[in-house]
Amino acid sequence: MPGQFEPLPGGGAAVALDEVEISILRSLSVQLLELIGPGPGGEAADDPLAELFAEGPSEPPSDPVLQRLFPDAYGDPEAVPDDQLKEFSAEFRRFTENDLRAGKREKALTVVRTLDALSIEGEGGAVLKLSPDESREWLGALNDLRLAIAARLDVIDDEDTDLLYRLPDSDERKPMVMAYLWLGGLQETLVETLLP
Amino acid sequence: MGQVSVAPDVTPVETGQPEAAQDVSAVTEPDVPWVTIVHNDPVNLMSYVTYVFQSYFGYSKDKAHKLMLDVHHKGRAIVSSGTREEMERDVQAMHGYGLWATLSQDRT
Repeated sequence: MPGQFEPLPGGGAAVALDEVEISILRSLSVQLLELIGPGPGGEAADDPLAELFAEGPSEPPSDPVLQRLFPDAYGDPEAVPDDQLKEFSAEFRRFTENDLRAGKREKALTVVRTLDALSIEGEGGAVLKLSPDESREWLGALNDLRLAIAARLDVIDDEDTDLLYRLPDSDERKPMVMAYLWLGGLQETLVETLLP
Repeated sequence: MGQVSVAPDVTPVETGQPEAAQDVSAVTEPDVPWVTIVHNDPVNLMSYVTYVFQSYFGYSKDKAHKLMLDVHHKGRAIVSSGTREEMERDVQAMHGYGLWATLSQDRT
């Protein structure tokens, strides 16, 4: 079935993708990689040891996508945090955000790598076969991509999602919404192959 | 979470400000319980949230499913408790999975 992962005997999952789908998945993943980047403070790559001990940022990112991917660890999301909670969140961020960025980059890179390894066959498509490890990486990457697109589309609550389903074809957000829904289908079928 | 439209029934949760804690180390005594809270969002799929609770915490399918429903219907759920360091580890892991999580001191 196109657009749906199926479990492989012995573990892992497979999905048939056409050239357009491969290109969209690759392009979205590369965009996400560029957006996540090494992050502030994580750019000193000359000295691996310095990089290892480099502290992450203490301020939340300004981009809404990055804010969603790297939220504050302290404080009620519905309330304005006081100074102490802000300080706790800042400290958490300094010690975790670089690692979190690296983890998300790794997952997106797995998507790019596995797509690049495909050889397009006769009808302009290919069957992507993932090992169990690759499946888990893909699952996380698909989730990050959906979070990123939803942040761009201003999906804040469940009602926003409902509105997206009813957008007229003329709406400029329509292609992004179609991609969002399609990624949701891929993720849903992939998670089913991984649930015990 | 995806699909069903439910206005989150937001119950105020204590935001866990440690009393007179200028120094972080002063609030990390093992007998002071902290909790990891996962918040509802419209993007994460119900099946994915259940999967995360099963695979990261090792919860049974039933327990993971129940916690997921709590997040979905109540707007949030406490998914683990322990020391502050342990909860920071859990929150970091949840952020890695893309779930929206915070930690707070449990005073209930």
